[in-house]
Amino acid sequence: MTTTIIWTIAIISGLGLLLALTLYLVAQRFKVEEDPRIELVEKAMPGANCGGCGFAGCHAFADSAVKAPNLDNHFCPVGGNETMKKVAEILGYEIKEKAPMVAVVRCNGTCSNRPKINDYDGSLSCKVKASLYAGDTGCAFGCLGCGDCVAACQFGALSMDPETGLPVVDESKCTACGACVKTCPKAIIELRKKGPRGMREYVSCVNKDKGPAAKKACAAACIGCGICAKTCTHGAIVLENNVAYIDPDKCKLCRECEAMCPTGAIHGVNFPKPLDKDAVKARIQERQKKAREAAAAAAAAAKVAAAPVPAEGNNEIKKEENNG
Amino acid sequence: MDKILVSPNPHLHSKTTTAVLMRDVVIALLPAVLVSVFFYGWKELLVLAVSVLSCVLIEYLITRYCLKKASTIGDWSAIVTGILLALNLPTTTPWWVVFLGALVAIGVAKMTFGGLGQNVFNPALVGRVFLLISFPTYMTHWEIPQGFFGVDAVSGATPLGAIKEGLLQGATVPDLMAQHGYSYSQMLFANIGGSAGEVCAIAILLGFGYLLIRKVIKPWITLSILGTVALVSCIFWMADPAQFTDPLFNLLTGGLLLGSCFMATDYVTSPMSTKGGIVYGIGIGFITLMIRYFGSYPEGMSFAILIMNSTVPLLNNWFHQKKYGRA
Amino acid sequence: MARRTFSIGGVHPNDAKISRDCKIETLPTPPTVYIAVAQHIGAPAKPVVAVGDKVKAGQVIAEPGGFMSAYIHSSVSGTVKSIGPRKDLSGNNQMVVEIAVEGDEWMEGIDRTDTLITEIPQDPKAIIEKIKLGGVVGLGGATFPTHVKLSPPPGKKCEMLIINGCECEPYLTSDFRTLLEKGEQVVIGTAIIKKALGVDKATIAIEDNKPEAIEHITKVVAEMKAKSPDYAGIEVLSLMKKYPEGGEKQLIDAVMHRQVKSGGLPIDVGAVVDNVCTALAVYEAVQKNKPLVDNSVTVTGECFPHQANLLVRVGTPLSYIIDYLGGVPADAAKVISGGPMMGKAIANLDAATLKGTGGILFLTEKQTRRMPESSCIRCGKCADACPMGLEPFLLNRLYKAGNTEALEANAVQDCIMCGCCLYSCPAGIPLLDAISQARGQVMGIMKARAAAAKAAAEAAKAQ
Repeated sequence: MTTTIIWTIAIISGLGLLLALTLYLVAQRFKVEEDPRIELVEKAMPGANCGGCGFAGCHAFADSAVKAPNLDNHFCPVGGNETMKKVAEILGYEIKEKAPMVAVVRCNGTCSNRPKINDYDGSLSCKVKASLYAGDTGCAFGCLGCGDCVAACQFGALSMDPETGLPVVDESKCTACGACVKTCPKAIIELRKKGPRGMREYVSCVNKDKGPAAKKACAAACIGCGICAKTCTHGAIVLENNVAYIDPDKCKLCRECEAMCPTGAIHGVNFPKPLDKDAVKARIQERQKKAREAAAAAAAAAKVAAAPVPAEGNNEIKKEENNG
Repeated sequence: MDKILVSPNPHLHSKTTTAVLMRDVVIALLPAVLVSVFFYGWKELLVLAVSVLSCVLIEYLITRYCLKKASTIGDWSAIVTGILLALNLPTTTPWWVVFLGALVAIGVAKMTFGGLGQNVFNPALVGRVFLLISFPTYMTHWEIPQGFFGVDAVSGATPLGAIKEGLLQGATVPDLMAQHGYSYSQMLFANIGGSAGEVCAIAILLGFGYLLIRKVIKPWITLSILGTVALVSCIFWMADPAQFTDPLFNLLTGGLLLGSCFMATDYVTSPMSTKGGIVYGIGIGFITLMIRYFGSYPEGMSFAILIMNSTVPLLNNWFHQKKYGRA
Repeated sequence: MARRTFSIGGVHPNDAKISRDCKIETLPTPPTVYIAVAQHIGAPAKPVVAVGDKVKAGQVIAEPGGFMSAYIHSSVSGTVKSIGPRKDLSGNNQMVVEIAVEGDEWMEGIDRTDTLITEIPQDPKAIIEKIKLGGVVGLGGATFPTHVKLSPPPGKKCEMLIINGCECEPYLTSDFRTLLEKGEQVVIGTAIIKKALGVDKATIAIEDNKPEAIEHITKVVAEMKAKSPDYAGIEVLSLMKKYPEGGEKQLIDAVMHRQVKSGGLPIDVGAVVDNVCTALAVYEAVQKNKPLVDNSVTVTGECFPHQANLLVRVGTPLSYIIDYLGGVPADAAKVISGGPMMGKAIANLDAATLKGTGGILFLTEKQTRRMPESSCIRCGKCADACPMGLEPFLLNRLYKAGNTEALEANAVQDCIMCGCCLYSCPAGIPLLDAISQARGQVMGIMKARAAAAKAAAEAAKAQ
């Protein structure tokens, strides 16, 4: 009995050692020579292989970064500035810090704002719905609500809110990899700067229909009235195709556009205090009143300067009055 | 009119659903069920009831509590598995053994692979083979039919078992046939020992005919199995009639008819194309005969089907249906 | 004798030809028509009228926008009120010419009498030119410009003209009524197309659920053959009632026992296929100088009490047609433009008819609501049903996995979108939804690849 056990142990161990040796020799013989820095860079990556950098996974990114002369076209949205600093250190390159970005869903078409006008009975995929028709509401541009974006997100940052019927972005999980942006057939999701302390201002609508049609379809649509663009003192708002767009680089987060928007299409997120629309409106009116008065005064002054010169006599009488 | 419906084309659907198809299979199995109850008695009814109820219960519990989604018992596939499992077991199987078989069939062979449509191996056969290997005494204790109210169980070997044993002891096939008094009409119309599914070939063939008429299955797989068995056993029998049983005997005994009409034609575990199905059938027929003639088990159908189940993904890769415009 | 049909796949829905006894009536002209400039395959037509212009029925209002395009004519007389976007039946904007109807004046030279003109022109080029000027497009649903179809590229010769009288979609009967009521015109149109192609043989294929039409057309063809040698070679063929018997590729298989290769055209196997209503339109354009401004439309459905076949002017709002017949029934859940298998569900009932509109179908909730989806049971019924011999269960899985290479290898680009797969799936899986997305993706990839190859070849030549 014991001899059997001893033999068994001996043979199995011997086999194990032999196979281990074979594996080692084969691994050495067929080793692929690679720049050792590629592995170092790859180790510094988050390892999500999400493709957000534009490369086919973290190894491909590392490969390209090592072979490139600089890190200009290389940015990992998931790892962010931290990871890029590490990569720059390993490779001895310079790196510019990029502002962190986040996915923003630009649609106000909740179930209450945007009533349904037909009943969609096809597969629950935004792509299928979008290629079939203009959607089950009066707005042909808005969110279709089937959740292709939620399925595309590898980080679980998106979820559908059953009450509003719109996707919600969890900022703590969003890595701005851009998968949802690519998936949305209506181009509703945009990657925008997260903003200082996470505060940002954006127009939550992409409806290009004229004002009355947009309003008919959705109570909170952007009707292209242009009040926001006129109010903005920083030149951050552009009106094109009946819809307004806030340039995140120029926006100073004063929230005046948000206060003035008649439909509530403009949203501000992560601000510490809720927006007091009346106060802001009052402030704007004050400023505009002062501006009007100043303009009127300037116009009057200009008129005086351009007015015909009065007769000499009058002046002399005035001078005498002044002297006397 | 409520809100108008909008969807992509087509806007009509045929009346056939999964439940309708499975119900047709249950109806097709009814003749075999009724005949087996008639010959083996109320104990057979017990085995059937325990099997079907266990399968349905296990599937319900797993889908609702383990997977936390809607239960799928409404598609009747658990009932089909339950009936097929029961028809493969001896009437004397204790109820707890039947339950274990159902647990393995549904829990291991079906649900762990992902539920209906995802399993590689036929669930009823996996259950049966599990029981055969784990409880060989229960599973080889066959009964001679005593009629519905028969009380005393009289155990006896199935024809295949008897022949196998006899051959091992040195007798020849013709002697054994005469000794046991096997006749073809007996095998066709039942009354010989075996699992409930082995009795009454006519009942099984009736069910098969029903499935063909209702367009539930196509005949290729079954015909391929039966044809291969007939052909190959013919060759062996003509070579040495003393050692090898004849084609008709092989066609009518054991689980061949039940297996080829109901188990091998299971949608999920059989090939999708006609050519693939024929190759599948040839494989099953051949392996069954090899096990019967040269293996240590008297019956080879279950193993043959399970072995060929594992080749189905490959067959699906190799054999596709003929496309329009491509030679 | 075995009934003749195509060799792969097909399904047998109930043909529901409940409107087969409805004679074609002329629908009164609506107060306003909205004629789209893009209602054919190819480039949209370019408007040649301006707001405020007075137009007559049959007058050109838009010219072809390219080689693959067609003329568009006004279907009414009146004043052009606007040229701009209007929502189509899917709710998307399309460019339309809005004309407020005044009277019913037609352009000179258009013969609107019922007199049958059996003598046909003998010059193929002249015939094709007249067809082009008549704005005739394929009325089988695809709206392919007919004059382009009848001008095969050099090197390709037509061996057989097939006139499609199958009307394999359930519920639709306008083609059937056209065969019964305007059979002579259809046969003359067939002879004209035959002359234009310079082909000896023509087959008028009719499904065997229309025995009256088969009998009538056979009689007409015999009569015409006796009158002139231009009608020699025209035969009538009865085909099995099966969907999609009237599909172009399936017809060629059934009639000629030949199959068009993947990515190829019918002319590659010597076939040209045209619908019976197209043959009628050709007759009217060539013999009567009447351009394509109206088409027959079946309005039907079990829940619709006033079944009808109507002759409708192009640009008529769908709501006008429906109201004329009594309005949308209370228990109708879906309104479909076309047949139930390949038709489009209408989201906007105010949209106007196009040249290719052939049916308005009302289905109840019970008839049309999709069944809940469950898992694939690998029954293979979808593959059995597919008339192109594809494997929808596999294509669905490959699409979900994003494997475009395997999709192309499994011929997803050959899908004709007939709907047989979804119709037969017992698990209610939305196969066609996934396959049509996959098809679009793969065709895009193939196009890009071909363009890149062309550019590379040109660059190589330039060097």
